[in-house]
Formats: sequence, structure tokens, C-alpha cells
Amino acid sequence: MKRIISILLENESGALSRVVGLFSQRGYNIDTLTVAPTDDDTLSRLTLTTQGDDQMAEQIVKQLHKLIDTIKVVDLTVGSHIERELMLVKIKAAENDIRAELKSCVEIFRGTIIDVTSATYTVQLAGDSEKLDAFIEAVRELGIVEVVRSGVSGISRGDKFLRV
Amino acid sequence: MELLSGGDILIRALKDAGVKDVWGYPGGAALHIYDALYRQDDVFHILVRHEQAAVHAADGFSRATGEVGTALVTSGPGATNAITGIATAFMDSIPMVIISGQVPLSKIGQDAFQETDMVGVSRPIVKHSFLVTRAEDIAETIAKAYYIASTGRPGPVVVDIPKDVTDPSYKVAYHWPAEVKMRSYQPTDKGHRGQIKRAVKTLIDAKRPVIYTGGGIVIDNAAEHLIALAKKLNFPVTNTLMGLGGYPGTDKQYLGMLGMHGTYEANTAMHHADVIFAVGARFDDRVTNDLEKFCPNATIIHIDVDPTTVSKNIEAHIPIVGTCTSVLTEMLAIAGQLEREPDAEAIADWWKQINQWRDDKGIYTASRYEPSAGTCIKPQDVIKMLYKITSGEAIVTSDVGQHQMFAAQYYLFDEPRMWINSGGLGTMGFGLPAAMGCKRAFPDKDVAVVTGEGSIQMCIQELSTCTQHNLPVKIINLNNAALGMVRQWQDMNYSSRYSESIYEDSLPDFVKLAEAYGHVGMKITHIDELEEKMRECFAMKDRTVFMDICVDRSEHVYPMQMPGGSMRDLWLNKTERT
Repeated sequence: MKRIISILLENESGALSRVVGLFSQRGYNIDTLTVAPTDDDTLSRLTLTTQGDDQMAEQIVKQLHKLIDTIKVVDLTVGSHIERELMLVKIKAAENDIRAELKSCVEIFRGTIIDVTSATYTVQLAGDSEKLDAFIEAVRELGIVEVVRSGVSGISRGDKFLRV
Repeated sequence: MELLSGGDILIRALKDAGVKDVWGYPGGAALHIYDALYRQDDVFHILVRHEQAAVHAADGFSRATGEVGTALVTSGPGATNAITGIATAFMDSIPMVIISGQVPLSKIGQDAFQETDMVGVSRPIVKHSFLVTRAEDIAETIAKAYYIASTGRPGPVVVDIPKDVTDPSYKVAYHWPAEVKMRSYQPTDKGHRGQIKRAVKTLIDAKRPVIYTGGGIVIDNAAEHLIALAKKLNFPVTNTLMGLGGYPGTDKQYLGMLGMHGTYEANTAMHHADVIFAVGARFDDRVTNDLEKFCPNATIIHIDVDPTTVSKNIEAHIPIVGTCTSVLTEMLAIAGQLEREPDAEAIADWWKQINQWRDDKGIYTASRYEPSAGTCIKPQDVIKMLYKITSGEAIVTSDVGQHQMFAAQYYLFDEPRMWINSGGLGTMGFGLPAAMGCKRAFPDKDVAVVTGEGSIQMCIQELSTCTQHNLPVKIINLNNAALGMVRQWQDMNYSSRYSESIYEDSLPDFVKLAEAYGHVGMKITHIDELEEKMRECFAMKDRTVFMDICVDRSEHVYPMQMPGGSMRDLWLNKTERT
């Protein structure tokens, strides 16, 4: 099953490569990875998604925790959580009927058209990964030129938080 | 306040970290550091002949003493030559700090002369690593490096220092931190009390228990605690290859080593156990054999300081994360308070069964191989002779192969830190440099290198270091003129097709070679000479002696687990199996 793992990491050189290296070294796959500093610029927040059963997820969390630079590690999938991913899609939109269809599709998915040329529309869309997948399927036949996805960012629901 | 250059700060910091010896090899990027070394008397440097040996020697020193070993190498090839040594220490959880010179900061990334991304290259085989970018950060980084290396599950830490950071013309204030605190690194010490209570109750209720211990007992200096608990419970104990000496090899509760070349009684007892108490061991594939068939009826209690080790290969029913000493201490206290005792009758029956296995097929109750005769010297007999002549009191280092297994089986270690070998990585070439580290740590003890003509040639250049620094180790070369363990596998699995495992026409005259380095060489070809020559060898206290002993090349290491089987599925000799 899909796992969303959140990590609070020292914002130091080499820290990210240790996390990424761990996955290849131990034979785990990374499906998506996002990383950026937090409100405290000595810390990076990293979210990665991977596939694995409970035992594998437990090992991954333990192995990540063992890295000296990691401060906290949580498997968000264990509890109730929110996941969001940002996607930018450039789609062929030269003809009027296609432009109209695309606009209504973007509206249904609550996206935004953020750039327009005579030949293309660029659409911005945020949501969970399934929603982004569904949008791609919906507009695939219209002619997708380029897709950029940020990878999943996640946070737990309610009062739980990941902080030093 | 006194101002120091980066090079001087580094050496001062090493002194403040308690370092007395550094094993290393100079080179361009490390020259400021070597100049700082030259101008002081607190830290002693031992020049080796290859960087791999520097790391192995520091590693051997650490294994023999429990202190953190230190190696110093230059950038590029110096750093990459150190890699095998670092990986060796990493696999066996040995506390080490490896300092590598690096090209100047401004040259990093430019493919400069002797540039290697040491932090990147070593990343999968270190506990942690640092690239120091300011002279101001050196002391604190060194303090952190020694703290990380020696706490929790120990391991090697690399500190990579660009040349301009140690520039003698740039001086800053020296400050050694009174204590190291890291928000991201707080190793677990004490185990969970509730789990520990459960573990004690499970042990007391056991009918067929086995205590299975590994390198963790040795590394954490927990042998006394282990002995106290084992004696209190009267339970059988088996050690892994890394754990030898953690429990006295001559004690009657000791079953011998377990695993691929473990004893029949240890492996069979494990298979039939109802409770397995694993302490500081990691259920390595060389122990468990096929995981699916591993100890089908056992409740597993597993203590380890590293949470990732617990339930990694074998699911533990009672996992406890904590140091061996703290958890065993607590278990002893709890066992003392409980009113219940182990079921004496069940344990007596279990011992009866184990003793039966010992008598039937154990390697200590009778000789299970053809004895030596004339020029056919059995390698096992050489180890037995070594044991006899050193009264079991030598520090024995080994290389990797058949000789390593014979030493592990037939030299009975009564104390920890006497058996020094590369168990996890299996590094040929480890034995001689590691012995140098041991001899440096314990100049008054006999240090023997049990090796073969294959392994010894991988770091034989260190005979020169032994000369320069007066390190009189005794090399026991079990020379079968073949890569023995490879050959054994070729006998067993490849119809004796000896692909690249024989080279007898090209072997050096080891006696002359030893003499060329200024040492004593001896060649033994007849069993009748062995005892006298070996006595002579150990009587020469201040000489490095190379004993080249021609042993029977057809000999195999037995017992040997059968691939894909359970622990008790063993070859007992070439024709007999369980």
C-alpha cells in the first residue's frame, strides 16, 4: 500500500542525500519526494511516498530515524491525515471547442488556467494524488504537452503536529 | 586567548578526545595536518604502508580496547583506499573516526588533483560523516564525531577536511566543547521496563531455552552480566562469530559457535528451542540459514541497542531496545525479586538432551576429522596447538576463509576482545593490520594472526610497519596453496572445478619474505615439528615471526549448514549429514 512518510531533518548539506541514499541502499523505492525549509530555517521538512506493507513501513521509519540528521519521522498513513500535491499541466488548446471543453473540465476539478497562448493552456491544480491522476485522464485525449507534479506534501489531521 | 591554525586545532582536539595513537598515511591534502602532528608530542602517529591497513589497525585497536580507533588519510586515493577498512568497521559496529584530507574548498567539484567526494563515496558505510568548511568548526566536529562513533550502536564516522581549512596562516581561538548535545541524535539506553519483565517471565517459564549472543555483548562490555544471568538460570549459551569470548568458551554451559559453521549441539539446540533469548545479535543469514525454517517452535526475545535490527530478519515476540548492559542488569534485578525459579526438571531434561547431542556429534567431545600424520598437517591441529602453547590467552586476529572458521571453532576464548575478526564484511587482509593495532594496545600480550596464504598477501606490505614500529606479532599462516574456502565450495557445489582458486606455482617463499622485512621466518611441513617450532616462535617476544605451515588442502570446514535448510541441517563431514 501507499505510504506517506514525513521527516523533520536538520537543514544541513548532505542530509538529503543520506535520506535518498538510504532508499536505494536498502532496496526501497521512492515514488515522490518533496523537501523545503520550514518556518525554522535550521530544519527541513521532507515528505516522501513509497509502497510497502506494515513491516516494511516500520523498517523504513526505523532506518530513517537512525540517520543522525533526522529529528522526527512519522508514517502519516497510519493515522488520519491530509495530502496535497500541486500539478502544472500544459495542454494543446488551439481550437475553440477544445478551449471550451478544457475550461469546463478545469472548473469541475477546481483548477486554474494560469497561462494562455494561441496554441496551449497551462493549468494549475492542487489536491490529493488521485484527483490529479483523474484530471490527467480527463484531459488526456485533448493532447497533454507537459506535466509537472510537485510530489505529495502531507500533514496529520487534528492537534497532532511534527515539530522540535 | 591562544590562537591556533586549523591543523593545530585538529591535533589538539584529537588529544582532548582522548586519542593517543593515529594510524595513517600522508599526502598533499593532509600535509598541513601532518605538519601539525610533527610539532607536538601528545598524539602519536603510526605510518602504515597502505591506507586500508591504517583503518584495519585502528579498528583492531578499537576491538581490543573498546576505545575509539583513529585513522588519518589524504584525499583521493588515500580516501578510497580507506573505504574497505571503513566498510569492515561499519559491518561489525566498531567505533572509529576516519579523518581524510580534501582538496581546498575552492577546488571542490572541479575534478582537482586527488579529488574524491569522500562524504559521498563513504555515505552507505558510515554511521555519519562531516565535511568541515571552517577552521572554527573543527573542534566541535571532532567532539561530535567521537561522541557519535562511540554511543548507541557504534560505528565509523568520517571527517573530511579541505586543505585550506587547516591552513597554518589562518588562526582562530580553540574551544573544546565540555559536552556534546545533538537534538537529532539521542540513542536509547534503557529498555522498556514492561517488556523486560515479560522477557524475564518468559525465560523462567522456558523448558528448552537457548541464549544466543553476538557482538553486542563484546562491544557493550556486557560479558559479566551475561555470565551472571546464564549462571543464575543454568541455561545453555551459544555465541555468534562476532560474539566469541562474550561467554567463556571453556564453560560447561557453552555450546560453541552457532550458524553456518557452528557446532551440531548449538545449531540443533537452537532448532528445538522453545525460547530463544537473543542479546546483541542480529539474526544474520550466516546464523539463521533459511528464514522460513528458522527455529519453528521458539518464542523470540531480542535485545539490541539498534531498533532497526530488532525484527528485521526474524520477528521478535518480545523486542527490547536498549544496551546489553542496562537491559541485562535490569533483568538480573527482576529475576532476583521474582519468587519463581526456572523449572529445574525441564532444564535438567534439556541439558540431558543437549549433552547427548554433544557426545554424538560435537566437535569438542571427540575428534571429528582424520588426525594429522607426517607431512599431512591438519589445520584444526594447528589451531589446537596454538591454543595449547598460548594457554588460550593470546589475542587472536584472523583473516577470512577456512582458517578463520577453524580458529573460531578450535580456539576457545574465555574472555571478550580476544577474538578479532572481520565477521560482517569478511575482509581478507584484515588480520595482520588488525593485529598491529592489538599489539600496540597490549604490548605485553601475545598477538597471533591466524591467516592463510591468500589473505595474508592482501596486506602483506604491513610487515614493514611491524618493523618500523616494533610490533612483534606472530603470523600463523595455514598454507594450503589454495583459496581454501572457495575451493571447499567448488568441491561441494561445482564438482571440484577449481576456477581461479589455485596458484601454488607462484606463491612466494614466505620465510625469505619475512626475512627480507627483518623478521623471523619458519616453514613447517611435518606435524612432528609443529609444537617445538611454535614454542620457539612465541618465545621470541620481541620479534615478528612468520610461521608458514603447510596444511592439508583437502580439508573442509565442518559442520556446515546445508543451503536452504533449517539451522540443524548440517554436513558433519564429507559424507555424513544430519
